[in-house]
Amino acid sequence: MNWLSWLGDFFSAPDHRSGPDSIVHRVTEHLLLSGEALLYAALLAVPLGLLIGYTGRGATAVTSLAGAARALPTLGLVTLAVLLAGVGDTAVLIPLVALAAPPLLVAAVEGVRSTDPDVRDAARGVGLTHPQVLWQVCLPSALPTLLAGFRTATVQVIATATVAAYVGLGGLGRYVIDGLATRKYAVTVGGALLVVLLAVGAQLFFSLLARYALPPGLRAQRQAR
Amino acid sequence: MDDEPIVRWYWIGDHLGYLGHLLADHALIALLPVLIGLLLAVPLGLACTRYPRLYQPLAAVFNVVYALPSLAVFVVLIPYTGLATQATVMIPLTFYALAVLLPTTVDGLRAVPEAVRQAATAMGYGPWHRLAAVELPAAVPYLLAGLRVAAVSSISLASVGALVGRGGLGYLFIDGFQRTFPTPIVAGIVLIAALALVVDLLLVGTRRLLAPWAVREKGAAR
Repeated sequence: MNWLSWLGDFFSAPDHRSGPDSIVHRVTEHLLLSGEALLYAALLAVPLGLLIGYTGRGATAVTSLAGAARALPTLGLVTLAVLLAGVGDTAVLIPLVALAAPPLLVAAVEGVRSTDPDVRDAARGVGLTHPQVLWQVCLPSALPTLLAGFRTATVQVIATATVAAYVGLGGLGRYVIDGLATRKYAVTVGGALLVVLLAVGAQLFFSLLARYALPPGLRAQRQAR
Repeated sequence: MDDEPIVRWYWIGDHLGYLGHLLADHALIALLPVLIGLLLAVPLGLACTRYPRLYQPLAAVFNVVYALPSLAVFVVLIPYTGLATQATVMIPLTFYALAVLLPTTVDGLRAVPEAVRQAATAMGYGPWHRLAAVELPAAVPYLLAGLRVAAVSSISLASVGALVGRGGLGYLFIDGFQRTFPTPIVAGIVLIAALALVVDLLLVGTRRLLAPWAVREKGAAR
């Protein structure tokens, strides 16, 4: 039961250095799966959220629906999707998209709604059309909220994609599930540690992004607060 | 799988007692940690408002804690708490709840306007009396908003515990998957969502009872 020797075993095992069960390959699988789910969720939720936030119609309904979606257990959705659609990426993507879409949707709605109404009026006043106001005024001022939404969604998806291994797909969950099944705790703990590192890494990445990639005006505004 | 309907109603009828047992187990595993989290969050939150230097590092730690994947944490705990024990699932859930509740508690305690605080002092309230009569009641809407998030997430997360042998209704997912039999899975999803909904409604009701002013101040306690 020695942590360091476990991790040493895990990282030095020949299987984990090259081939289909190698750490590099599993991490890549994990990131691709998470990235794909986030991409679909973003394509679905962000435009819809921007529109709802801009028009203000149905915003309350969206927020409460998104809260309810939190109650859906991913493991249940994954197993059900596999039984109904067969083993494949789709079966795991559906639940992961369902997990990532609500925070993105809420972030987009809240971000646009928090735009200063005076600024919106001014933008209309100088002759911008509605799409221009949304694109040039509301979207930039929604960016910090959107980024926070992306951070939540990314961390959750990376953490939950582990469950994909239970229904026979790849990613870092393979180590966790296979290690449990064969009672090799070194493998399980190693896999778990890698997922934690990825999730914490994503969190850091988004904090840095929020600090350095936002428009200078927004950054100044945040510091002033 | 082709001729298997999504729900076979007779299975549900035959297993009502079993489903009730799992539901009770699930509610215990998911909600007791939230309660413990609340009991820890209030004193910690108080400490954070008294000594503001404490809050930044604590918030950072719990930010990371919240990012930890539940399955990974369950697995890491197994050598210490044992496979398929309640502790393996409940300890991480307590920390997740605490990670949600600590910031909301601190926000709530800080939401008391300085003028109100001083008015209480001027009326002769000592620090403890002021805490019980002014600051804690003011924090109630925030605490309940945090409790709603924490309870619903906890109910959903507890099902992952089935992969380490103790997940209440989550066991139905494993069972249904292994037998390629969707009925238990559907039953599990529906019961978990229903449990979350009932608990959420109870918490909304509690807010109406304990902090009726927050319902009128629209948006104050989202």
